[in-house]
Amino acid sequence: MSKGLPDTRTDAAMSELVPEPRPKPAVPMKPVSINSNLLGYIGIDTIIEQMRKKTMKTGFDFNIMVVGQSGLGKSTLVNTLFKSQVSRKASSWNREEKIPKTVEIKAIGHVIEEGGVKMKLTVIDTPGFGDQINNENCWEPIEKYINEQYEKFLKEEVNIARKKRIPDTRVHCCLYFISPTGHSLRPLDLEFMKHLSKVVNIIPVIAKADTMTLEEKSEFKQRVRKELEVNGIEFYPQKEFDEDLEDKTENDKIRQESMPFAVVGSDKEYQVNGKRVLGRKTPWGIIEVENLNHCEFALLRDFVIRTHLQDLKEVTHNIHYETYRAKRLNDNGGLPPGEGLLGSVLPPVPATPCPTAE
Amino acid sequence: MEAEANSGSPEDSWAFFQRPGEGCRTVPLAGHVGFDSLPDQLVNKSVSQGFCFNILCVGETGLGKSTLMDTLFNTKFEGEPATHTQPGVQLRSNTYDLQESNVGLKLTIVSTVGFGDQINKEDSYKPIVEFIDAQFEAYLQEELKIRRVLHTYHDSRIHACLYFIAPTGHSLKSLDLVTMKKLDSKVNIIPIIAKSDAISKSELTKFKIKITSELVSNGVQIYQFPTDDESVAEINGTMNAHLPFAVIGSTEELKIGNKMMKARQYPWGTVQVENEAHCDFVKLREMLIRVNMEDLREQTHSRHYELYRRCKLEEMGFKDTDPDSKPFSLQETYEAKRNEFLGELQKKEEEMRQMFVQRVKEKEAELKEAEKELHEKFDRLKKLHQDEKKKLEDKKKSLDDEVNAFKQRKTAAELLQSQGSQAGGSQTLKRDKEKKNFF
Repeated sequence: MSKGLPDTRTDAAMSELVPEPRPKPAVPMKPVSINSNLLGYIGIDTIIEQMRKKTMKTGFDFNIMVVGQSGLGKSTLVNTLFKSQVSRKASSWNREEKIPKTVEIKAIGHVIEEGGVKMKLTVIDTPGFGDQINNENCWEPIEKYINEQYEKFLKEEVNIARKKRIPDTRVHCCLYFISPTGHSLRPLDLEFMKHLSKVVNIIPVIAKADTMTLEEKSEFKQRVRKELEVNGIEFYPQKEFDEDLEDKTENDKIRQESMPFAVVGSDKEYQVNGKRVLGRKTPWGIIEVENLNHCEFALLRDFVIRTHLQDLKEVTHNIHYETYRAKRLNDNGGLPPGEGLLGSVLPPVPATPCPTAE
Repeated sequence: MEAEANSGSPEDSWAFFQRPGEGCRTVPLAGHVGFDSLPDQLVNKSVSQGFCFNILCVGETGLGKSTLMDTLFNTKFEGEPATHTQPGVQLRSNTYDLQESNVGLKLTIVSTVGFGDQINKEDSYKPIVEFIDAQFEAYLQEELKIRRVLHTYHDSRIHACLYFIAPTGHSLKSLDLVTMKKLDSKVNIIPIIAKSDAISKSELTKFKIKITSELVSNGVQIYQFPTDDESVAEINGTMNAHLPFAVIGSTEELKIGNKMMKARQYPWGTVQVENEAHCDFVKLREMLIRVNMEDLREQTHSRHYELYRRCKLEEMGFKDTDPDSKPFSLQETYEAKRNEFLGELQKKEEEMRQMFVQRVKEKEAELKEAEKELHEKFDRLKKLHQDEKKKLEDKKKSLDDEVNAFKQRKTAAELLQSQGSQAGGSQTLKRDKEKKNFF
């Protein structure tokens, strides 16, 4: 779909002649498109309803990955985000598992429904990340997993007889948990984010934020932001993918003020002021998870789920996946890059993970 | 947080959610999460990008295609009416940007020019089929590019084809049947009876029945409005029964009662375009735009385009499964093709090399021949030269001999002369005689 109109926010009466680039029609004709003044109601805007109905019928899928050292509250946060027991810890019976020797990737899928909208949510957990003594290259299994999902999708897409709806297992969003040391980012954090920000949307999150006071929190956040910038790490929402001015101002505000979100997770409810709220009970008070004065969980939830969910999926599909695909079709095949059906055929998968795109 | 099952959902979407081996279970929600805004997010994105819709109007010249488009979209599109003297069928396409509330639509209307005007109409359907295929091809090429921008690609594939049937009142023309048969697997066909104010009500019902039965008996697949979504199943179902729609187009507005309406004025009465008792225009507009636009687009993409893509790729020799129905990867096909190609290349190289060697040999032989000839010539010439030399030498020798002989004689004669002058003058006679004898 092309960007139809230059500006949808002015009045309906437009009178510019906009020449359109036409993709070689069989009979080359005068390429003129005019903005017509409508003399009455046609009903074009009903397409919105039609589209909405269709998408509700087919359902959505969303794959979120959580990465961080063990004990940072990843599983609890995911449970809090989706208000149900969707994490790995909840699904397995054994609540006290041993820390694995290598990074494992565990994906668990659930179907949740709200307001007629069905969503297949897959939570991908990475136990063992950053927990060994020698953590070199511990991001490699994760990168491999992400690329494997792209590969699966690509294979389906290249098939002659394609499925009507290709199952989407690609990772749409990766929450990276930063330990609340109060000082700065660890080398492991920087390395991980540097490698993975090029293949997946990374949202850095400061975990267990109830260990910091307000001033400590804001200083830490500033320092983290600075460090990320200095190291050239583009976290979601990436600056280069802002589509128009409105997006840019909105995203700038998020990037420069709110991120990284300092969150607290909890799946226990307590009574506060006559209301039942999710919180953590401590001798000195109850930390309300959804209270904006206490922590930024509500901001994270609104950001990821209520406003940018679709955008996360689109950036993954239109940018990260396309980058992977382009690299894949170019690499190791001796094939000429560019157009032509021959360019569509896949060369063998390289033994090492694909070099991440620039 | 409602777990209310959507009872109208088809098998497909549920099966998708219950894939085996993944342990997907439905989990109840303990509070409002907020992802029910997801369709809104999706829709907002689409709205900001704009939609596109492409209609193809196929029909004979003079059936009112342009007028109907004007009436349908409530606006005056540009373009002059075509004459009947076109030598072949051509397609004329125009793109318009329409805006209603906050929805922007890029509408492309493609019309046939000169359809049905030729004397020999055997090839009339070909330009249309080629045009549709060209749009599919363009999309396929874009999809197969390595660096592609599908999400901003201007989709030019035809989403709906309005086939205009002439209001003869009897049956379909054979040109119509042939054309529709060729188009039914490539595009969503919606047949409509044009200029239907030429037919009376009773004739119209008979005409519609005849047309539908002819289409069925010839196996022409026209577009059926979808009846699987419960909210539109009912209305679509009734509409399916009204196909083909009998329409009238008009851009003139006349005052009827106290409203301005689109109508056509005749001496015997006025035909109102938007009156459902007069024609099916309102039904067409409902179906085409207000209810099924999205479905038309989806069918084009998921059915017609996929079919085209599959045929095209199979034509190129790529397969998904081999004769033993074991799944092939494109990888293996590629390897096989590549080896084949390399083999061919090698063969060609061999051929060329052999040809080269042969040519060289021939040339060499030729040159050797020439050399031999030259040698022979040289020998011959040499021999000639020697012969001549010898001859000349012989001649010289003989001449020398003669000269010597003459000299001898001369000296002898002189001696005699000197003796003779001593012996008297008789010797002079003798000398003279001898001189005479000598000469």
